[in-house]
Amino acid sequence: MFTNLPLFPVEGSVQAGQVDALYFFMLAVTAFFSLLIGVLVVFFAIKYRRRHDDEVGVAIHGSLALELLWTIIPFFIMMVMFGWGAKVFYNLYRPPAGAMEIYIVGKQWMWKAQHMDGVREINELHVPVGRPVKLTMGSEDVIHSFFIPAFRVKADVVPGRYNVLWFTASKAGTYHLFCSQYCGTKHSGMIGSVIAMDPNDFQAWLGGGNASDTPAAAGEKLFTDLACITCHRDDAQARAPQLKGLFGHTVQLQGGATAVVDEAYIRESILNPQAKVVSGFQPIMPTFQGLVTEEQILQLIAYVRSLGQVAPPATTGGAAPAAPQTPGKD
Amino acid sequence: METLNYLNNGHGAASWLLTRDHKRIALLYLVSITAFFAIGGLFAFMIRLELLTPAGDVMTADTYNKMFTMHGVVMVFFFLIPSIPAVLGNFLIPIMIGAKDLAFPRVNLLSWYIYILGGAFTLVAALSGGVDTGWTFYTPYSTAAANSHVITAAMGVFITGFSSILTGLNFIVTVHRMRAPGLTWFRLPLFVWSMYATSLIFILGTPVIAITVLLVAAERGLHMGIFDPALGGDPILFQHLFWFYSHPAVYIMILPAMGVISEIVQAFTRKNIFGYSFVAFSSLAIAIIGFLVWGHHLFVSGQSVYAGLMFSLLSFMVAIPSAVKVFNWTATIYKGSVQLDSSMLYAFGFIGLFTIGGLTGLFLAAVGLDVHIHDTYFVIAHFHYIMVGGAIMGYMGGLHYWWPKMSGRMYSEGWAKLAAGLIFVGFNLTFFPQFILGYLGMPRRYHAYPPEFQVFNVASTLGATVLAVGYALPLVYFIHSIFYGEKAPADPWGAKGLEWEIPSPPPTENFVVTPIVTHGTHQYAPSKEVGIV
Repeated sequence: MFTNLPLFPVEGSVQAGQVDALYFFMLAVTAFFSLLIGVLVVFFAIKYRRRHDDEVGVAIHGSLALELLWTIIPFFIMMVMFGWGAKVFYNLYRPPAGAMEIYIVGKQWMWKAQHMDGVREINELHVPVGRPVKLTMGSEDVIHSFFIPAFRVKADVVPGRYNVLWFTASKAGTYHLFCSQYCGTKHSGMIGSVIAMDPNDFQAWLGGGNASDTPAAAGEKLFTDLACITCHRDDAQARAPQLKGLFGHTVQLQGGATAVVDEAYIRESILNPQAKVVSGFQPIMPTFQGLVTEEQILQLIAYVRSLGQVAPPATTGGAAPAAPQTPGKD
Repeated sequence: METLNYLNNGHGAASWLLTRDHKRIALLYLVSITAFFAIGGLFAFMIRLELLTPAGDVMTADTYNKMFTMHGVVMVFFFLIPSIPAVLGNFLIPIMIGAKDLAFPRVNLLSWYIYILGGAFTLVAALSGGVDTGWTFYTPYSTAAANSHVITAAMGVFITGFSSILTGLNFIVTVHRMRAPGLTWFRLPLFVWSMYATSLIFILGTPVIAITVLLVAAERGLHMGIFDPALGGDPILFQHLFWFYSHPAVYIMILPAMGVISEIVQAFTRKNIFGYSFVAFSSLAIAIIGFLVWGHHLFVSGQSVYAGLMFSLLSFMVAIPSAVKVFNWTATIYKGSVQLDSSMLYAFGFIGLFTIGGLTGLFLAAVGLDVHIHDTYFVIAHFHYIMVGGAIMGYMGGLHYWWPKMSGRMYSEGWAKLAAGLIFVGFNLTFFPQFILGYLGMPRRYHAYPPEFQVFNVASTLGATVLAVGYALPLVYFIHSIFYGEKAPADPWGAKGLEWEIPSPPPTENFVVTPIVTHGTHQYAPSKEVGIV
């Protein structure tokens, strides 16, 4: 009768087991110390209960040895927890090279997913079992948070920047997708499903899907429609940096700084072109703020990436560019 | 003819509303924060009612969102933060240090008026349609998207902050300047140490939240681009500013409760605290380290991985002084003369619930584990164990311990024990299931939820009902005691401390002759040891 009353969520990803192991360790420590304190308090309260009205306790002022003991032991236990938590986190934070890429856009109150071969979904996300999947996520309005409990992964989806999330599904099934950052009226309706499928089933699903242009192809079209191409061109008349092979490179900026051409840099250059101008060019590009949607920006990024890229340099965390080969069909 | 005391020394509304007596001001706070507690509790009840069933069927989503927002705003800013400092701190600090009043009695009265003005703004926001941003006012939702009374509510928080700052300033100056002859720092009652640490956070932290909500109002009202990326701002900046205050604010709530528990444990074991200086300095350590951990609220926001690791490490560090306190309380009970009156039951409840609340805080500090439980009911359960199981247990324990001193009357011990038991059971039934819900993945602030979470939500609502009865009882027997209670002697518990050496209720000037202090508090048995370890 209690089959529908789980105490722990299913483990649907490779990461879930790592997080659960730490959870069980911390549960054990919590149970031990809660019982220790509880038993001692109750035992002392009974053993040393007041037996007559004017009884007083024994004057004991303290013990340096005990103070040190109960400072140092918790300290070492906490350092184990810290190290373990840090290790799990570091792993959760670094998508492996070669992960399958999917773009996610959150908006009040739906999730939009864009696969690299053109299939799009709303409030559903189909992924293959056994392959690392990397989500690059942006928001059209307020902060959302992309949360798959069965995979033990979560990342805020913040307007104005890209956050990355990755996982490797380990078990086929349909799992909850929740928005876990309060985002307004229908926050609790901003939910969906993550469907982890056998790789073969996934290929079949991709083939039978409502594929439109790939993001790169859509981006190429936008590149022409928005007249980007008039300045970003291959010949000597180019008034703007050539984009071929640019992705993943470090560029020299005016003023001497450098920048790595990644998703965040391209996004900023489209919306706020004067922020980081490549050295040797005039700051003539107008902003496209309000002219392109978050999804279109991601398509433009996909297009720039499809023009070729270099392997990512070992940079600091955050939105480090990954995936040396462009996923999809090109 | 009754002897003159602070309660009968002056009659009529003006004698209360224009009083400069710290004890009367404490009672003004007691009445007003009790009213806010009832209002905040009503919002909580509406939340639990809605969550009884998976579908959002009791109220609309917008109404629900306003309910949890108002619950948080009222409980945090208008009940928990002022509760122990403004009521018990105001009443006891001058008495505990042998002074006639606080250093700035007029400022003390001003603090109360500012608090009431801030509260009025918040109530106006609630009555005129409410606010739906969550008590955290996250941007850009609060500045660009929310369609409710954000600025009014934010002004309520802004204004009431000055009340905290002035109270903190008053306490610090009082403790520095007005201690009775012979009352050295290391003879101070531990409650005074904890209030001192709390006051430091009041004056260092509160200006930051004041600035932050002002910036929210500026962006929302004047479209100054600060937090909204569409205006060139940074939404994560808001979270840094907000939690720079709001995490230390958790210690504003728990440190005073820890001070109360230290007093109660000593009084009801008739034994001085084990490791006085460790307990005293752990309060300061918590106040200081507590300012360095705010980034654990941003573990999944996209802040750098190294920032995440540093904040994780520091969050573990702040747990150590808390653990030290728990161990010292436990050791104090050893070889005591233990009397399980209602105040002591609350202290035991506090130790148990705070231990669980503190240990589950470690789950959230472990950054790799936090990713999963961040913004779920696990967090809700954890901080209610700290704020309700900890702070409110401490407040209730303190009220029961000092009620005879404040009112001059004894309450019914039997009813008080029953209420303490109901609160303990109701609390655990309400919040323990939420740990399980959180690990299962139920996000916070959900109006409707998947059906498999229902069993735990029903348990939680049931517990909340028991909890409500537990909180209503003291209101009845405390009021009853004022009219029908036995007259309280100066020292009903056989406790030691300056407050127990003066009559109950105390005279307006507290001490007819300024006392001369020759030893620390709570010295019951003669001791061979010299000095204080």
